[in-house]
Amino acid sequence: MNAPDNLSRRALLTGGLATGFLLAFHLPLRAAVNEPVQPEDKTDGKFAPNAFIRIDPEGVTTLVMPQVEMGQGIYTAVSMILAEELDADWSKVQLLHAPANEKLYGNPIFVIQATGGSTSVRAFWKPLRDAGASARAMLVQAAAAQWNVDPASCTTSKGVVTHKASGRTLAYGALAAAASGQTPPNNVPLKDPKDFVYIGQPFKRLDTPDKVNGKAVYGIDAIVPNMTFATLAQCPVFGGKVGKVDDRAAKKIPGVRQIVVLDDLVAVVGDHMWAAKKGLDALDIEWNEGPNAKINSKAIWDDLRAASARDGVVAKSTGDVAKGLATGEKFEASFELPFLAHATMEPLNATVHCKPDSCEIWTGTQIMARVQSEAAKAAGLPVEKVTVNQHLLGGGFGRKLEPDMVVAAVRIAKQVDGPVKVVWTREEDIQHDVYRPVYRDTIAATLSGGKIVGWKYKIAGAAIIARWLPPAFQKGIDIDAIDSATDVPYEIPNVHVEYVRAEPPAIPTGFWRGVGPNNNVFAVECFIDELARKAGKDPVEFRRGMLANSPRFLSVLNLAAEKSNWGQPLPARVGRGVCLQPSFGSFIATVVEAEVDEQGEINLRRATSVVDTGIAVNPDTIIAQVEGGLVFGLTAALYGEITIEKGRVQQSNFNDYRMLRINQMPKIEVHVVRSGEAPGGIGETGTTAGPPALRNAIYAATGVALRRLPIDRKLLAAGKKA
Amino acid sequence: MHMAIVLTINGETKSFDAPPDMPLLWALRDILGMTGTKFGCGIAQCGACTVHVDGKAVRSCVLPVSAVANRTVTTIEHVGSTPAGAKVQKAWLEAEVIQCGYCQSGQIMAAAALLAATPNPDDSDIDAAMAGNICRCGTYVRIREAIKQAANGRQS
Repeated sequence: MNAPDNLSRRALLTGGLATGFLLAFHLPLRAAVNEPVQPEDKTDGKFAPNAFIRIDPEGVTTLVMPQVEMGQGIYTAVSMILAEELDADWSKVQLLHAPANEKLYGNPIFVIQATGGSTSVRAFWKPLRDAGASARAMLVQAAAAQWNVDPASCTTSKGVVTHKASGRTLAYGALAAAASGQTPPNNVPLKDPKDFVYIGQPFKRLDTPDKVNGKAVYGIDAIVPNMTFATLAQCPVFGGKVGKVDDRAAKKIPGVRQIVVLDDLVAVVGDHMWAAKKGLDALDIEWNEGPNAKINSKAIWDDLRAASARDGVVAKSTGDVAKGLATGEKFEASFELPFLAHATMEPLNATVHCKPDSCEIWTGTQIMARVQSEAAKAAGLPVEKVTVNQHLLGGGFGRKLEPDMVVAAVRIAKQVDGPVKVVWTREEDIQHDVYRPVYRDTIAATLSGGKIVGWKYKIAGAAIIARWLPPAFQKGIDIDAIDSATDVPYEIPNVHVEYVRAEPPAIPTGFWRGVGPNNNVFAVECFIDELARKAGKDPVEFRRGMLANSPRFLSVLNLAAEKSNWGQPLPARVGRGVCLQPSFGSFIATVVEAEVDEQGEINLRRATSVVDTGIAVNPDTIIAQVEGGLVFGLTAALYGEITIEKGRVQQSNFNDYRMLRINQMPKIEVHVVRSGEAPGGIGETGTTAGPPALRNAIYAATGVALRRLPIDRKLLAAGKKA
Repeated sequence: MHMAIVLTINGETKSFDAPPDMPLLWALRDILGMTGTKFGCGIAQCGACTVHVDGKAVRSCVLPVSAVANRTVTTIEHVGSTPAGAKVQKAWLEAEVIQCGYCQSGQIMAAAALLAATPNPDDSDIDAAMAGNICRCGTYVRIREAIKQAANGRQS
């Protein structure tokens, strides 16, 4: 078992992402995480009252990070929450990556040890505050006992207990040993938010100083003595197997040491990545492609369209939708979203040392404990014989919610003497992703007197939850796929929402930044704009008319309209588009302003988001997450599509799977509304907001109602009409 | 098929054997153990591997190590010792540019080379110098802001 102390570096990092489906649905799982298990690490007079806090006699306060840092700033946010209730001395805070331990570090929303779905701050808000407050109370008890005074007469600030009446003080470090002997009190009161001294302040991130000078260590940077380097090729056709391998040319390449041939992949091990890569290129591999070689995008879309015509499982039904749809004028539309790759900047990798009786892994993952258990299966070892050393993640975006890259590395490492670093080429990374699934959402709605009377909405797409978190897949409903479809912000009297599970053949599908809300916010907000036009109303005004009882939505919408100069004149072929979304427990309105040129190319001019995410733990990180999330979503809207031909992914690298670049950037403004409500999720909100806001801007600029992503420029050339 | 390579990296002379066609990136990372320079794409499309050769920003993933023999290489580990590099690092932290940080070695190297050559870049200079560097976290707004801050710091 790895102890927290073997985690990589000292002071790091930040926090706060996660998914929204928890709000609409209480996960039917038994929470058994964050138990008050006494950690083993009580050596050297260290005060270790719970899974998250260690204070040594010098006062160094080590905080163990239950959520992983992949850029979202969670290490800093987690630390701020702990330090707030602990009244820690921020200058003495150091961080550790948590080890694999589901009970101590499980995410209370998922129950497993996972970072994703914009859940981190929402899930850990209460457990971390409790942990900090409880530790603080034990330190106060220890000081009060030493002074023989009432604990209630003591105060704390910046790592020091003070007895005001006598003027005595004791630093936390000096109390560490004595505090360890205290019994943790029950039901410790938490601070009134008005008394927060850290939470709500724009704190500098703890992980960034080492990221400007090359010192930060990502999984791909792990250096293990005597390691070799490998890269791999999996069958280009999903599910295909290795046939014959001619390795004669590869073996002649200087630095190539070993060719590992497994049933579904081939790896070359060398003295460095260059030898491994050249060796792989020199292999002559004959693949048994199998039945999936016939799969192509056209057939996948035909199947999905057919599936979406079927009746689904009812996820929500309020009012009388049959009656609603028979009242007024009826409109229908369907919206389609493509497969997407994650393309984290850090290509997939894992370094593994397999011995007969143990296995050690160095990687960056969003699922520590699952990686440990899957690696144990692959290694044929008991789980306690597998150690996972967590690292910073060079982007996650949901890709590292899967263990496949580690499992492949373990299988390769089993054939290799000594530690081996397995790094995927970018081409392998894009062609063997676990893809955001294709979705097709159909909507029928009626308008009467300028209001929506009936709303029937059907989602068709893969059930990622059924595979990834089976206990949460109940009654045929994927709670992620329907997220933000069952809780649209608007007052509509008759609503019916259905889900059709439609799994694409052979293509692995998984979570992608923005998760379920990506498809639903897009379809809902695009269609609301179309209905506004049918009703002869301005899109913002139309939305306002359905928000009378939703003050938080109304407030962000109004402020976004104001800040974006909504309604003020624009040149020809320039438009503004709005998106209002309920996702991830936050309330966000976004306006994108874009120009469409005569050829149909898009020029992003401006993006304005107004965010009410409840208590903003670290406001600057929230702004940064929305800025970056918008870029992620706009990139997908403009370029993102993985296509399949002959069972293979057709894209391979950044030349044909394009990313937005700095020269294409709009101005971005993010406004965070002050709020005393419980914190919402933030890391994925910009991603969900960008595409519908851009699409609606294009609709305003050209009159063309796009219903499919990525944006097809051919439909937007001058003279084209919806 | 290896050859003896001698080059100056970060002010120190380094000698090692490597295949002559091996990109500088892999020599830095896998032979010299300098992991600050990152692998992103391998085809000079993303800029994560950017280093300076004789002060100019280059993509080390496609630059054969034999082509830099006897030349001066600066990497992220040492760029802070150059005036432009130090200003960029400081501005990066002040503007809190970084998210995951994986691309930022390359972003900082590209920005430092820009400022060394063009002390007061305008938006189009920034676009031209930085468009080859992808950031998947989408930190571009702050990259632009930080470059301008670093340039202003230089003037004062």
